[in-house]
Amino acid sequence: MGWWVITKVTFREAARKKILWTAMLTGVGFLALFALALHFQIGDFDARGTAPFVRYQILDAMLMVGLYVVDLLAVIMAILTAVDTISGEITSGTIHAIATKPIPRWQIFLGKWLGFAAMTAAFVALTFGGTILVSYAMGHVAPEHPWEGGWLVLLECLLALTVTFFFGTRFSTLTNGVLVLGLHGLAFMGGWLEQMSGFTESAKLVMTGIIVSLLMPSEAIWRRAAFDMQSPLAAALPFSPFASTSIPSNLMIGYGALYLLIALFAALFSFYLRDL
Amino acid sequence: MASQKRGKTLRTAASTPAIETRELRKQFGSKVAVRKLTLTVPSGSIFGFLGPNGAGKSTSIKMLLGLVKPTSGEGTVLGAPAGDVATRRRIGYLPEHFQFYKWLTPAELLRLHGDLCGMEGALLKEKIPEMLELVALSRHRDKRVGEFSKGMLQRIGLAQALIHDPDLIFLDEPTSGLDPMGRKLVRDIIRAQRDRGATVVLNSHLLGEVEITCDNVSFLKDGEIVATHDIKTLAAEEVRVTVHARNFNRAAGAKLSSVCTSVRVEGENITLTAKSPNELPEIYRLFAASGADVYSFVPEKLSLEDVFVRLMGEDRGL
Repeated sequence: MGWWVITKVTFREAARKKILWTAMLTGVGFLALFALALHFQIGDFDARGTAPFVRYQILDAMLMVGLYVVDLLAVIMAILTAVDTISGEITSGTIHAIATKPIPRWQIFLGKWLGFAAMTAAFVALTFGGTILVSYAMGHVAPEHPWEGGWLVLLECLLALTVTFFFGTRFSTLTNGVLVLGLHGLAFMGGWLEQMSGFTESAKLVMTGIIVSLLMPSEAIWRRAAFDMQSPLAAALPFSPFASTSIPSNLMIGYGALYLLIALFAALFSFYLRDL
Repeated sequence: MASQKRGKTLRTAASTPAIETRELRKQFGSKVAVRKLTLTVPSGSIFGFLGPNGAGKSTSIKMLLGLVKPTSGEGTVLGAPAGDVATRRRIGYLPEHFQFYKWLTPAELLRLHGDLCGMEGALLKEKIPEMLELVALSRHRDKRVGEFSKGMLQRIGLAQALIHDPDLIFLDEPTSGLDPMGRKLVRDIIRAQRDRGATVVLNSHLLGEVEITCDNVSFLKDGEIVATHDIKTLAAEEVRVTVHARNFNRAAGAKLSSVCTSVRVEGENITLTAKSPNELPEIYRLFAASGADVYSFVPEKLSLEDVFVRLMGEDRGL
């Protein structure tokens, strides 16, 4: 199976070039910082004799901030590690010796995508799972629906990864990076606009936020994950990255999954059609 | 034993051309890279594909390999439509700008390309040291490809193109980074491939190399084949004659044009191109009959470079 050979070589490339280990080390570094912050906070609670209810809510808020950072980090990692894989090999000509072998182009593409998707999943498992484990072990605090949240964060990362692959079939590495990060930034802005609209009750802002989410639904997926995972008190906060003023529906999540599939097929088709 | 195994892989009848194209064309936007490629490459031969920079050689090869989609026209490679995925199992390719995964060792790189060609693990285990030995890279088997010189990269590139014993091998500038010993090695490998029945398409600017390696050559100019020659009969074709003569009259020069394709007179030095070696006695007779005093009459076979320069015209600085 040609795609499996490509997946294996993609994984091996990430390991040899130390991309995989650097990403994992960054994740471990983040977890260490998060554990240190919890340690200091819990020490302060113990010293001040903070009430268990307040203590729980603050530690829960810290967990949500931790998961928010994990989400941002994982999306950026998915984009940065994969930004050069298709465009770079086309520009350097490395693809010539590969694409003339007896495997269809879709297998080359899918093999690479699966390799990066597996690495992204490993990074999400380490950082997302690690954050929850650290939080539970040190502060006995866990998110409401960790599995749903985890799957949604992974969906968001895979979506960003797939869009990166799509642009990689048509644009240079630099243009690709600018485009994908720009789109994700746009989605981020759209998410905040929707939250502000919930606060200011502006229908036009809601509509703008929805249109931006349709253009790039990554941030909408995070907001739904955050809503599913947050505690009732955090949900009551009107203005935060996890605020529930405008909750993306199941339909929006379905749209996100469909968006990923369409982007994947569009990228496959684009790679198949282009001259190398 | 290894050559017997290789011999079994050849599946193209000698009578079927390895490559056949009809008016293959590739246009990138308004730029025509290949205008009208009509070409037949006989099976079991070493075929030279020549032309100046920008003539469309690499694009033509890429169309035959399926890397670039033709705008129009048609082509068959080993009897299947150009770019057919299954047929690529029988094709080897060394790209012009050979870039491989630099973080692999040569043995790992060969394993990757063997795997992609669907080779069995046991066969690969046998073939990898054999191929490294063939291209004289056994000593460097533990280095990373990223540490290789240009010549070493070309050698490993050649090995990856040959590891699956292909029936048709495209070599795009295979000797440009090699020293004379390396060039000889590549020449010997190319001939050995032809001897086992494979067809080799060689794209090179090193015309001396092409002349001593190829059986046939085609010249590509502005995306179109302008001439095809059998290298063996090139000697029987035009001959350049350099004559040093006094009292050569111009009227005699006019008579020379019936047996020559070009006549250039510069004082006492006359350079002419005879249509064939058979015309040499007649040319000499014409000189003698004109009453000229002939001090030297030196015929020499036209080199491939002479033919190339004449066909391609002036250097366009590409």
